[in-house]
Order: sequence, then structure tokens, then C-alpha cells
Amino acid sequence: MALSHIIHLWGALRPFADGAPTISVSASTIRELFRILTEKYPGMEPHIKRGVAVSINGQIYRDQWDTPLPQGAEIYLLQRIPGG
Amino acid sequence: MSLDSHSSDPMNPGLVERKFKVIGSRVARPDGVDKVTGRARFGADASAPGQLVGLVLRSPHAHAQIVKIDTKAAEKLPGVKAVITSVDLPDYTNGDRSMLDILENCMARKKALYDGHAVAAVAAIDAATARKALALINVTYKILPHVTDVDEALKHTAPIIHDHIFTEGTPQKSEMPSNQNKHASYGHGDVEQGLKEADVVISRSFKTEQTHQGYIEPHSCLASVSPDGAAEMWVCTQGHFVYRNQCAILLGLDANKLRVTSSEIGGGFGGKTHIWAEPLALALSRKANRPVKLTMSREEVFRCTGPTSSTSIDVKLGVKKDGTITAAFAELRYHGGAFPSTWAELGAQTAFACYDLKNVQTISKDVVVNRPKTAAYRAPSAPMAAFAVENAMDEAAKAIGMDPLDFRIKNAAKEGTKSSYGPVYGPIGIGPTLMAAKNHPHMKAPLGKNQGRGVACGFWFNFGGQTCVDVNITPDGNVTIAQGTIDVGGSRASIAMAVAEELGVTYDHVRSTIADTSSLGHNDMTDGSRGTFSTSMAAIFATRNAITVLRNRAAKTWEINVDDVEWKDGSAHPIGKGHGNLAPLSLKDLAAGAGNTGGPIAGHAEITADNAGVSFGTHIADVETDPETGRSLIKRYTVIQDAGKAMHPSYVEGQYQGGAVQGIGWALNEEYVYGKDGRLQNAAFLDYRIPVCSDLPFIDTQILEIPNPNHPYGVRGVGETSIVPPLAAVSIAVTNSTGVRQTHIPMSPPRVLKSIQDAKAK
Amino acid sequence: MGVHVQTTINGDAVEFACGVDESLLDVLRNRVGLTGAKEGCGTGDCGACSVILDGRLVCSCLVLGAEMNGKSVETIEGMADGNVLHPLQQHFIDGAALQCGVCTPGFLMAAQALLRKNPDPTEEEIRFGLAGNLCRCTGYDKIVRAVQAAAKEMRG
Repeated sequence: MALSHIIHLWGALRPFADGAPTISVSASTIRELFRILTEKYPGMEPHIKRGVAVSINGQIYRDQWDTPLPQGAEIYLLQRIPGG
Repeated sequence: MSLDSHSSDPMNPGLVERKFKVIGSRVARPDGVDKVTGRARFGADASAPGQLVGLVLRSPHAHAQIVKIDTKAAEKLPGVKAVITSVDLPDYTNGDRSMLDILENCMARKKALYDGHAVAAVAAIDAATARKALALINVTYKILPHVTDVDEALKHTAPIIHDHIFTEGTPQKSEMPSNQNKHASYGHGDVEQGLKEADVVISRSFKTEQTHQGYIEPHSCLASVSPDGAAEMWVCTQGHFVYRNQCAILLGLDANKLRVTSSEIGGGFGGKTHIWAEPLALALSRKANRPVKLTMSREEVFRCTGPTSSTSIDVKLGVKKDGTITAAFAELRYHGGAFPSTWAELGAQTAFACYDLKNVQTISKDVVVNRPKTAAYRAPSAPMAAFAVENAMDEAAKAIGMDPLDFRIKNAAKEGTKSSYGPVYGPIGIGPTLMAAKNHPHMKAPLGKNQGRGVACGFWFNFGGQTCVDVNITPDGNVTIAQGTIDVGGSRASIAMAVAEELGVTYDHVRSTIADTSSLGHNDMTDGSRGTFSTSMAAIFATRNAITVLRNRAAKTWEINVDDVEWKDGSAHPIGKGHGNLAPLSLKDLAAGAGNTGGPIAGHAEITADNAGVSFGTHIADVETDPETGRSLIKRYTVIQDAGKAMHPSYVEGQYQGGAVQGIGWALNEEYVYGKDGRLQNAAFLDYRIPVCSDLPFIDTQILEIPNPNHPYGVRGVGETSIVPPLAAVSIAVTNSTGVRQTHIPMSPPRVLKSIQDAKAK
Repeated sequence: MGVHVQTTINGDAVEFACGVDESLLDVLRNRVGLTGAKEGCGTGDCGACSVILDGRLVCSCLVLGAEMNGKSVETIEGMADGNVLHPLQQHFIDGAALQCGVCTPGFLMAAQALLRKNPDPTEEEIRFGLAGNLCRCTGYDKIVRAVQAAAKEMRG
């Protein structure tokens, strides 16, 4: 049974969730989170395809979709960050 | 080192306190001799039999419709083997707008979008013929109104550059095309309320001009496409796998048929993370059925490859007399050149990241203008945001009569702080760098006449990414490493050090090379300070896998159970009762016997090295400003930054010093100058002046080592953060040397002189 | 087409034919096969193409190949003594005075020319002696230190 999490959205994603800064999603990994988001909020799909980073308790994940979402974790979706 | 020094899972970072034998020493890099003898081969140093010279025709207009391109006369010129336009690069991007933007930047399609935008290219038997051919191409343009300034581009009167761009991220869906491609907002709390609670409110606007990464080696590639669709490319790049993938898409090639070999890279700093002329070289070669070498001139590098954004930033800070920050606000406007970008948003994320703030908001506006497509430049977007915020911090501290460094220490972010970009921080290093600055002898050194000191902090997200490494034991018991991340500053040495450390052998037995795209799995680019962080991690895991193989081979040789074999100091040792008379088997022994114990001995690892950890630095700058000319000189400079663990301290210092000096050049000299006609006026090193040796003192460095728990040796990325604080530190120093707040970068002599005169006139 | 030229490069007699508009840098790289000198700008601003021509440091991109008749050219390829590196070369490696290395041949030629004229330069003299060469990676710190260390060793 997947745990329910509060997911913080950055500005660009909020319009797809009727402007809400946070949404509630039950998911146990980043992969499951992204799957549910694309089902519930189809507008987010292009963003997820382009790359969304996930901050879990302050640690930023860009690629490892197997990463678990622990109970009570603080979860932020962030724009994927380029570097130089 | 013994096996119990790490977790039994070979892919688990398992950071433990350990004494290193190789890590932390200052060994010689494997490419050193080649680079001091002229033997090292960079992008332009390779040749192929029958190669042609490729040259590109570029738009002289900032914004123009391409009505017609007549290439007939050029094609008829003897010695010309191929002429291409956008017609020769059909759109294979399959609806992927970001790839289509890349294609359109490589070769203009319906419109030229900036001065220098490619419109056609030729391949000919020599450079003289190619130049003649370019002159014979007749392009009919319809000139359109242009805009090159980020604030001008946002006005409703500005010409709209793309009719398919609508502002993304606004609460209401935008109905009209706009030059603003993105709107974003970050923060928490209530800034309005915070400003009401403040005793002092600082409100300032800042501007920074556009700068180029300024790598000394111009872009160059040698491309060869055969009629059967197989292709090879030799190229200077920060990521040959990414170049392979993108070029294959744009040319309609299968990625497995395009083998890309990376040359030695003569600097990149983000500018060689994008493809520019490589698809043109491939298209020319395909059309001519000959290898094509395409090398840019310095003028082309300036006019059409990735500078960073120019910016316009407003900052508001509310503070109480006791030094508490009650509110922090910034609006950041950055341009991405002629294509949509997210640079301003990145500025908005990083702007206040050093501080613990109750009420903070940043708003970003990403804008398109008629300038070349901007590329990442070392910690992209963060230096400009830090310039604006740190000046406001300095001004606020002075307004309440507090020492600016103490003011920063009081407000520094720490473990548990909710960051300005959202998440709560784990353990972070801003506090230690500030305390190290406070205790540094530099802070106590006296200042002379017309001299000023500035202190500033900087933040950068580091990252990891996709990485794989092969470790092979040679039959004579030495070690080769195939890595897929480009070595920009000595990483081959650092990676070999990690493998030597893990294996328990000396560095001289291990050698790393960069594998081509057909010899190793995909690797992300060397960017985001990831090269040494992620590649050393993959190399350590690959070595642990090789050690498992080595223990098995020893067990077979001894005819004992593998659990009775441990790997220690470069040899297999029997453990447990009954094996006391077995002499250890060295790497050399096991390699020699490999044929009879199961074949070649190797280890491989593929990882996604997420979780790199954020990075902070604090810089101290002393400048002397000539009040007659406005010219400022750096008198003393100190960089303090956390490295996690410095694998090769000299190379870490080199990153600190190099980033600082790039920032100093940005602060004092460097800028793109556009005329009213929208054309770049200073596309040469003579007029775009990067710092030279005589402009600078020695750059002091202090490496802090706060281990990164997510790397087996505690390593952090170190490449980028060092460019974040200098714009701020130097501008605060000039503010102190002149008594006038500096708000416009670069602080070139005329600009500083004018600021002094304007202040006097008031 | 072309001018026939007889010259000396790194002590060897070399003959080549080149166009009248070809720079010495073009000739070295494209006709003689010596690619150690680099083209960073082609306008004499970056020093990556530095060579020593009849004892004088020049940007080889600003000199014509056709003018090389009877001249003597020293390039980075001739700096080591057989397989023994010149002290400048060794100190550049040991002192981490290079990162990407594309400017390194030019810096070594410039440092060589400087130390021949002035075997015991001050830090300031080194900085001005190398001011015609651009490096974007190092911030020059370790380059200056490597030249100091090499000069000290060469003085004995």
C-alpha cells in the first residue's frame, strides 16, 4: 500500500493543478509518483518528459526514478537543473 | 584497505572514516606530458585522408526573413564539393520542440534570428576555395525589426521574435505570443508583511552584461559520413555521448552507426555542452561523401556560440536593526538569446539560497532576444543573482551598522532551514565557509589608499547523472580504465587515483582514457560539477566488482572457498584456519593466471549518481580603484569552498582559482557590445578583454573538507561554485573603494568613472 | 601557385611550398605537421600559437609562412631535450599549471623566451612577460608559480 504524500509543485506546474501549490499523491517511488501525475494531471506530462527533479528531504534526484518516497518525507518537484 | 571498509553491497556509497593512501596526493596527470610537448590532439589537430574544409555563411542581420538562398554559383565553383542550407537538414525531430530549436539554431530555417546565425555552409578542397564559395552564395533577406535588450524585449512595443512562444507558467493562460517564454515564482512566507515589520528597506536594481565562456579552443570537428549511413566524428565537446545522440536525431542516423570520439578539450565551461556546427559538418560530409573538417574562427565563437545571459534584476530586502531579515524579494529577468530557456528561473532558485529567510519570494522572467542562443556558463545564472542579492545584503548591513560578514553569519542557512527554492536543507557548508572567512588573515590585513574589500557568498546545485566505467586488468597485472566523461581539468588522474586506492595498488599501475561512444555505454556530459564526483563513484563500484572477480580467481587457484579470501593491499590473502601456508596472490599473479581461472578480469559499473549535494563558497576580494580613470585592480583574493574530500588538491585549487578569475573578468571587463543595428561589435579577444596574467595577484584558496555522505570517499563537485561569488565580492570591494554602490557589471573604467561623477553631481 | 621556402624548424632543415597568404601557423599545422601551436584567435590576441622566430617570441598567426626563408623557428615540439623534458615542461606538470592544456604550448614558449632574456624574473616580470598569452582555466596562479620554480631550477 503506497503512502500518501504532500507534493510541493513549483510555479510552472501549478496551473495544471488548478493553481494549487501542493497536491496529495499516494506513491511509493518517484516512478510511481510521475505515473500518477501524468494520469491525474496530463498537462504535467511534457514537463516530466523534459525532466523534473525531485527533492526528497532536501536531497535532489534528477534521474533515479527507483528512489523510494519515505513516510512523512518533504517532497518538492523542481525544474531540472542544467550545469556548465 | 580491506573489504570491511565498505558495505557488502558494492554499489552502496558506504562512506566511512578512512585513511587514504592515494586520494589526497598530488600525482601527475596521464595527459600531462602530451600537453607540454604539443603532442596532445585537440579538436582541430586531427586530419583524415581526403578531408574537405567546411565553412559556414552567417547572417549579418539581427532579425530577418530568409526570402531566398541562391547557391548555384557556389556549387559550380571548381573545388566545391557540397553546399547545404536548411533544406539539407530536414526536420526529423518528430514534434520535439526543444530538438527543433537546436536544429534551427544550428541552421536558420525561415528566419535569421541573430547576427551570426548560420544560413548556409560549404565544403571545398581548401579554405581559399571555401571562402570564395561563401561569397558566391546569394541570400535575399527581408530585414525585420529586432530587439537585443532583455528589458526592451518585455515591452509591449517590442518586435515579437517567435509567433509560437506564449508565456508558460503564468496563472492565466497567455493568449498572445510573447518574448517572455517563461514565468516562475519561488519562495515562502509573506514578503509584504515582512517588509512592514522591517526597520530598514533596501531596494535596488542591478544589471549584468552578457559574457562568453571564453575557452581558448574554438569549436572544431572532423565528420565523415559514408553512403551506407555509418558515420564518425572527432570533436571537442564536454559530452560526446550527448553530441552523438543529438546529431543522430538531427541527421536521421541510427545512434549506433555514429561513432563520436572526443578530442582533448581546450576549455568548455558549459559552452561545449551544446551542439553548434557539428550537424552541419555531418550534413556536408554526407552530401560530399568525403570527410569534412569544420573549425570555427574566434569571431564565429563569439557571434554564434553560447554566451551567458545579460540580466536585469530588482532586489528588495527588509531588515531589523538587530540584523534579522524580515523580507527578501527579487525579480530576475534573463534572456536565453533567440531561443526559449529557463536561465532566469535558475537565477530565481539560487538567488537567496545562502540564507535562512522567513519571508522570501523570487519571480523570474525568461526572455528571448535577437542574440545568439545562450548556453550554460559555469554555475549558470547563479553569479548574476548573487551579485544583486549580495550587494543588497552588504547595503542592508551597513544601513543598520552591522559588519556585513557578521550579518551574513547571523542569517546563514543551516541544517533544517527551509531553502528559498523550497526544500529543507540537510547538513550544508555555508556556515563553515563564512566562519573560515571571518578567521582568515586576509580579513585583518590593512587596506591602502583607494582600496576596498568585499566579501560575498555563493550557492550552486551540483549534480551527478548517468555514468559508467570499465576497469580492466591487463595480462601483466596493470589496470586500464575506460571512462565516458570528458576530462576538462585532470579527472583522468583523479579517476585513476580512486581505482588505485580501492584496489590497493600504486597510482603508476593505473591509467584512464576516455572511451569513444561505441566502446562504452551512454554517459552524461561533464557539466554540473559532476565529472569527478560521479565518475569516481562509478569507478570505485567497478573496481569493487573487479575485486569480487579477483577473489574468486584466487579461491579457484587455491581451491578454497571464496569466503576465505580477502582483498588487501593489492593482493588476495587467505583467511580462516587451514590456509596459513598459502602465500598471497598479487594482481600480477592473478592476471597471469586469468586464462586458466575464467578469462580476462574486469569490473564494470553503471550508475545514476544522483544526490550530489549542494555547494557553497565565500570569497574575499581587495581592489584598488584609480579615481582618475575608474580602473580597478585586484590586489588580493581568497576563495573558501567545501570540496567534501579533495581527491587531488592541486586540481581542486585550480578549479577555485580558475572560476574566481573568470568571475573577476566578468566583474571588471568582459561584455558583449551590441550596436543599434543589432550586430555584435566586439567579437574578438582584443575588444572582449578576458583577464591576463598581469591583471592579477596570486589567488589564495582554502579547501574545507566536510565529507559528502553520498559518495564513498566523501567527494563533492567543485567545478562551478567558484564563479558565483566573484561578481558580488568584487563589486562590493569597488563600492567600498569608491564610496559609490556599483550596480552594473562589468565595472569597466568608464562605467565606474561615471558612477563616481554622478555621485559627486548629487 | 605557392612560394618555395627553405627554413630551419627546431634545428632541422625543412622545405615547404605555401600560398602567399598562409600564416606561419597554417604552414606549421597544415604543411609541416606540427600541431603543437594552436589557433585560438588568428589575430594575435591569445598567444596560443606562440613560437620563437630567430630568438624572438612571435604569434605565428601574424607571420607569413612565405617569409621564413633562411629563418630559424622554435616550436613546442622542439622544447624537450630528446626524452628529457625541459624544466619548464616538468614544472608545468608537477605544479598543475595546466588544466585543459590548449594554451600550454604558447605559455611554455613565452616562458622560455622570458627566461632566456631574464633568468631571475620577479613575479611582476613573469606576469608581464606572459601577458600576451590567454589562459581561461587556471587563473594564472599555478602558471606563475611553475615558471618561478623552473627559473630557480635552471639557475642551479
